[in-house]
Amino acid sequence: MDYFLTEEQQMIVDVARQITEEKIIPCRAELDEREEFPSAIIRDIAQADLAGLYISEQYGGYGGGSFDIVLALEQFARGCVGIATSFAANALGAYPIIISGSEELKQKYLPAIASGEKMAAFALTEPNAGSDASGIQTTAVLDGDHWVLNGTKQWITNGGEANVYSVIAITDRAKGPRGASMFVVEDTDPGFSYGQKEKKLGIRASSTRELIFKDCRIPRDRMIGRPGSGFITVMKTLDKSRPGIAILGVGLAQAALDEAAVYAKQRVQFGKPIIAFQAVQHLLADMAIQTEAARALVYQSAKHIDAHPEDMSKASSMCKVFATDVAMKVTVDAVQVLGGYGYMREYPVEKMMRDAKILQIYEGTNQIQRNVVGQALNKEYTA
Amino acid sequence: MKIVCCLKQVPDAKNVRLDPKTNTLSREGVESIMNPYDRHALEEGVRLKEQFGGSVVALSMGPPQAEEMLRDAIACGADEAVLVSDRAFAGSDTWATTYTLAMAINAIGGCDLVLCGKQAIDGDTAQVGPGLAHRLDIPYASYVRKIHGLQDGALLLQRMMDDGYDELRVPLPALLTVVKEINEPRIPSLKGKMRAKKAEIIRLNAAAIAADPACLGLAGSPTKVFKVFAPELRGDRTMLEGASHEQASQLAAILHTLV
Repeated sequence: MDYFLTEEQQMIVDVARQITEEKIIPCRAELDEREEFPSAIIRDIAQADLAGLYISEQYGGYGGGSFDIVLALEQFARGCVGIATSFAANALGAYPIIISGSEELKQKYLPAIASGEKMAAFALTEPNAGSDASGIQTTAVLDGDHWVLNGTKQWITNGGEANVYSVIAITDRAKGPRGASMFVVEDTDPGFSYGQKEKKLGIRASSTRELIFKDCRIPRDRMIGRPGSGFITVMKTLDKSRPGIAILGVGLAQAALDEAAVYAKQRVQFGKPIIAFQAVQHLLADMAIQTEAARALVYQSAKHIDAHPEDMSKASSMCKVFATDVAMKVTVDAVQVLGGYGYMREYPVEKMMRDAKILQIYEGTNQIQRNVVGQALNKEYTA
Repeated sequence: MKIVCCLKQVPDAKNVRLDPKTNTLSREGVESIMNPYDRHALEEGVRLKEQFGGSVVALSMGPPQAEEMLRDAIACGADEAVLVSDRAFAGSDTWATTYTLAMAINAIGGCDLVLCGKQAIDGDTAQVGPGLAHRLDIPYASYVRKIHGLQDGALLLQRMMDDGYDELRVPLPALLTVVKEINEPRIPSLKGKMRAKKAEIIRLNAAAIAADPACLGLAGSPTKVFKVFAPELRGDRTMLEGASHEQASQLAAILHTLV
């Protein structure tokens, strides 16, 4: 379907597609199998000027918005959601600095992230703080000119690979949600180390790791925003980043549909290609309808977010729920179309199905997203 | 260092067909691409520029459609692009082509280094690189797979041979033809693509390069094609089996019956 992209937007798609076809697809199965981080591909992405798509020009980026990064991520996800997640998590780590960081922090970190010299990560989740972020136990205490962090972050994407971590910690427990603040922690800071690397169902090329802060001392000016503004920054960051996860669902669903349709045309049973059977046609038709509907919603949500930064939450959550639920359903159906072959690792759809599941869980579970949409409706429809 | 990378637009080998009547390549509906070996030459030129400074000129002799390939070259890091195009060039063999390219390089003020792919995937002659060096009267090395560096105005490099490799020192100005092992070409960048869209492709015709009409196109091409044919497909083949020494003696026996 024609989405009337501008010439520049089409160039983003073309560059990202070429990286996907020439760099990502040929090695996705091996990286998945070996659970290996795609360092070389992340470098290729940076060399093609896509690392700084969403960073403003004054800090060496392209100056694009949510829609621009969505266009690139859709292509990467057609190749591999694990690799696309590594790229997306980099943006997620940089957003707090972009949204709430001081001019000094922006100048210090954004140009290096835009050029690909440094990679970022976002550290919110803890063993007791998942959907309920108020359970955070990591603390930051001011000691002279330094903040001293103690605690553990769990399941941090790009953990161990990133150089710059946006970390939320409690600075004043008495103030509840208004007592959390965000900080930039560098990989070389004293007292900062990594815990175990997780073994996962899918997105195995991405790194998911524990971060351990043990009397980790960082300079006072590394706080992102004001003291106590941590949760606001986190919420704004997630509102802005969620279309990026939604679009991974679209790219993945499209890839699964492509595999299923090509297979259905080639596979002959009862003397006909199976695409000639209505049972298979209807499966494929539903996959195509849902994928296109998801794409339309994510594109429009990203454009809405770019145009109305003060009103991101509902659009962001709606597109995340819909597109990632579609991805789960479409990938399951793609395995069904391929039958026994679909279940084998020799074909890419089993990986696609494994990769899809996380999209319904991370960056806010789809249940939490429905809460956000429901609460927005409750506000909109005043009696 | 001023580097000229010679690029040829060729039909995409994945889709090429032979017209069974004329036995010539059927180019209709076949996408054109940059000759894959030339892409490695361009990448090496851009890398040398990034390392030692200077500029990269992408040069192609071909029809107006070759402009698209030259924009691709700019997207991949070339600073400017020159298209040498004229009806008078039609029917050029490698001899006339090297003349035309040499005149074009002279017309843009010469250069320190010319880089070519080892051969084009359509003609497969591998003659244009060495021929161009002859026309320009500069030294050349073919099948280059690694450039170590620049030392006292000479390139230190490695040339791939059938039985190993040669280490060479080639004083500039010089011409090199490269093999695909030399590098992995980059994907065009977003900024490069934007620059390519706006870039002006310099067009030079026969008059602009001060060429002698007698040396151009068919007139300047000693190669005459009498007949083009596809070798007949023959189904009869014999598979030799057994241990290798047994196969060798069977083969020797067959060869004896043929001579």
